[in-house]
Amino acid sequence: MNSKKVSKAEQPLSLMIPIYVVCILLAVLSIAPFWIMIINATRSTTQIQAHAISFIPGNALMNNLEKIQDKDMFKPLVGFANSALISVGVTVLALYFSSLTAYALTAYEWKLRESFFSMIMGVMMIPSTVTTIGFYQACYRLGLDNNRLMLILPAIASPMMVFFMRQYLQASLQISIVESARIDGAKELQIFNKIILPIMKPALATQAIFTFVSSWNNFFMPLVLLTKSEKYTMPIMVRLLNGDSYKTEYGCVYLGLSMTVLPLILVYMFLSKYIVAGVALGGVKG
Amino acid sequence: MQKKRGVVDYTKYGYLFSIPFMVAFLIFTLYPVLYTCYIGFTTKQGLISEANFLVDDPFKNFREVLFESTLFRLALKNTVAIWIVNFIPQMGLALLLTAWFTDNRLRIKCKGFFKVIFYLPNIITMASVAILFRAFFGYPMGPVNDIVTKIKGPGSEIYFLIKKTTTRNIVSFIQFWMWYGYTMVQLVSGVLGIDPSIFEAAEIDGANRLQTFFKITIPSIRTILLFTLVTSLIGGLNMFDIPMLLANGGPDNATLTTNLYIYNQAFSGSYKYNTAAAASMIMFTIIVVCSAILFYCMRDKDEAELKKLRKLERKEQRKAMAGA
Repeated sequence: MNSKKVSKAEQPLSLMIPIYVVCILLAVLSIAPFWIMIINATRSTTQIQAHAISFIPGNALMNNLEKIQDKDMFKPLVGFANSALISVGVTVLALYFSSLTAYALTAYEWKLRESFFSMIMGVMMIPSTVTTIGFYQACYRLGLDNNRLMLILPAIASPMMVFFMRQYLQASLQISIVESARIDGAKELQIFNKIILPIMKPALATQAIFTFVSSWNNFFMPLVLLTKSEKYTMPIMVRLLNGDSYKTEYGCVYLGLSMTVLPLILVYMFLSKYIVAGVALGGVKG
Repeated sequence: MQKKRGVVDYTKYGYLFSIPFMVAFLIFTLYPVLYTCYIGFTTKQGLISEANFLVDDPFKNFREVLFESTLFRLALKNTVAIWIVNFIPQMGLALLLTAWFTDNRLRIKCKGFFKVIFYLPNIITMASVAILFRAFFGYPMGPVNDIVTKIKGPGSEIYFLIKKTTTRNIVSFIQFWMWYGYTMVQLVSGVLGIDPSIFEAAEIDGANRLQTFFKITIPSIRTILLFTLVTSLIGGLNMFDIPMLLANGGPDNATLTTNLYIYNQAFSGSYKYNTAAAASMIMFTIIVVCSAILFYCMRDKDEAELKKLRKLERKEQRKAMAGA
């Protein structure tokens, strides 16, 4: 009893002050780079040259925007459209087929089930670099480099997501629902589409956010596969800002970066709760 | 006849529904891995040249990468060094924050807000982050040099990105900055999964904060710590975006990572696909070893036992059936 009373009253300032100081400093460290970036996007090169850090926005936003358009290399709209196309494709395919595979692994008893699952576990960690040389060579020979489909279709086999979906289904699938649907005369695929997918909505939502973001941020594979600038995704497009023609155009670089970063920050502002909860789910149990 | 329909064999749907995954896996993962492996044993250099198998000396490319050229070993050393310099402070800070955020005796306000803010850098495109930091460490002017000249006076600008150690540390710092929030969120969720009565018991027994943390919290989240360690290591071995876009592997190859080495060998003018493929396979081996350790530690002991039992049961059933 005594100890409980003590613990309720205990708020030692000597510990609380350092905690808040550290947390606030870290929060500033997380936000400041993006803040400086956005402010500098509105300032002219001469203003930035005089003082690279400022808390007051400048008035050169339109001017910077015009300059970016004049250079005709960094095309944010093209990059945005390509990234959106690929990321949506990847997300839809990965979600649907991973759920289907997870359903096959949970709802049916089949001979190779265990070995199939072991295989999925085994290949979960294969990094894309290991496949890159062979994949690029194959695509090149078939004339499929620069084909955006080659970045979308591999998502059908997403071992990591199958693993998570299977875990979710094992906890939430009641085989009796499937059986009663069968009695009502539903076909197996129909059962999956109409009954199982809706059950999986919470898991699908979390996985959708992460798949979309990681596909959007993917750099290595598109860099290897896409050589034509009209096919560039956002991260490949942003690479052009490192080029010589932007060497002295500080305002343009910051504006270009803002264009790639702001959509993500906006998405995060709305979905941060789910995203952080999803990261917490991703770990194994302690 | 009608009755027999009721016992439809559903087994085939298990296979049927796995086909799309299997096909995509064969085409987009297995075949490229095998093809990469094959190229590693050939003379394949240049875009259109034929790939001739190295009959006399199949491991020539592998030997070249590992022993004859110093560049790959340098890249491997850089990669591990950058990872370690990022991982130790990352884990340290994540553990400290976890200790604070999960201590019931301290009631910190705005925990959720801090978590969200700390995690923010992790979802931003790495490519953009790298170029942003390149701008920040610009010479002679950039936000960091702005601060330097304010403190030390004009003329004291530092050219950060031509200094080897500094550039390497900047890469480590960016990695640290992007990932400590992620690690912390995972650790906190691990600690929240511990049975609270253990903490209560410790409190009643008069354990202080440090004792509780080191004697109870850390041992209870051993698995998750190990999981974080190995996933971070695998991620670290695949580091590419930031070293490439921050300083393109420079200065003087100080931030050349293994992935950047592979990319440079194959795709930046020299078209040495065989060398790159051999290096890929070496990295693959290293990562497989790391993953094996991960899965060994992650395996659910209870479930493994259950599986064994189930297998035994099925065997006996089959035996009984055969006997009958």
